[in-house]
Amino acid sequence: MAQSAAPATSSPVIPEVTPISLKEIAPWAVFGGILMLVLIYFVGAEQGATSLVSGENVHEWLHDGRHLLGFPCH
Amino acid sequence: MNSVSVRALLVRGMLAGLAAGVLALIVAYLLGEPQVDSAIAFEEAHSHEHGGEEAVSRALQSTAGLATGVLVYGVALGGVAALAFCVALGRVGRFGPRATASLVSLGALLSVYVVPFLKYPANPPAVGDPDTIAKRTTLYFLMIALSVLLAVGAVVLGKRLAPRLGAWYATVAAAAGFLVAVGLAYAFLPAVNEVPEGFSATVLWRFRLSALAMQLALWTGFGLVFGHLAERLLTPRAATGSRAGTTASAAAPTR
Repeated sequence: MAQSAAPATSSPVIPEVTPISLKEIAPWAVFGGILMLVLIYFVGAEQGATSLVSGENVHEWLHDGRHLLGFPCH
Repeated sequence: MNSVSVRALLVRGMLAGLAAGVLALIVAYLLGEPQVDSAIAFEEAHSHEHGGEEAVSRALQSTAGLATGVLVYGVALGGVAALAFCVALGRVGRFGPRATASLVSLGALLSVYVVPFLKYPANPPAVGDPDTIAKRTTLYFLMIALSVLLAVGAVVLGKRLAPRLGAWYATVAAAAGFLVAVGLAYAFLPAVNEVPEGFSATVLWRFRLSALAMQLALWTGFGLVFGHLAERLLTPRAATGSRAGTTASAAAPTR
């Protein structure tokens, strides 16, 4: 098992956790991250400052959540 | 460790986010909604054009609409936090999955919400000039991005300093650096203060407090639920006995 950078604190009480390699995380981080940002955009900003869908329905439906989650609403 | 565990952790993060969203929703409904109603009463008493017919009724806004927003927010941030957890695990220090999940949750609460909130706090209906919505939205998202980047930078800095200063003083130094940088951002970003004349200070205070309470509930719930799920996934031998199938798919850290 690869030792991480931690210096010689040689107490074997807490087992070292192997980090997940960044290469494994990268595709998930890119795809998942973009998907999550799109969701947050729709909850937080659609039909507020910018509008992809015309009308007011998205804004009105998410109105209370937007206020209480701290996003500028109107 | 392979990519199965990233996928498995992402799925668990979204599920934990959903559960945490339910908790936040309860807080929002019980504490937040009365303040939203008071604010809307003020808005209607001082109305300009907002009267008229509503596209979505208040009854729907305060229940199904609120639930949509909070739960989607919970799932999305749960997913992002799980990905952050994948990076943090085994890299921030000698912490197991549960402790790492707690630290990631605390970091997310502070950097995604509390730090931006202290500069641009949540506002109830009637507070905020509709003409400045674009500016306020840009500033708010900018503040979140800045705060998250600074937090990540602080963690990296802390890791770099650790061999020289030791874990404790490296953490103190990184936290101090973070606070100074955040203070500079606070000082240089423009202020937003659009509370209308005559708006109840009590309603404003309670609204903001309930918005904060929601986030506390969300991230506490997420940290505990996700920490539990991640621990079970990553150290299957710790919990022997009653579970059968779940460990088979879990990618245990081979040692």
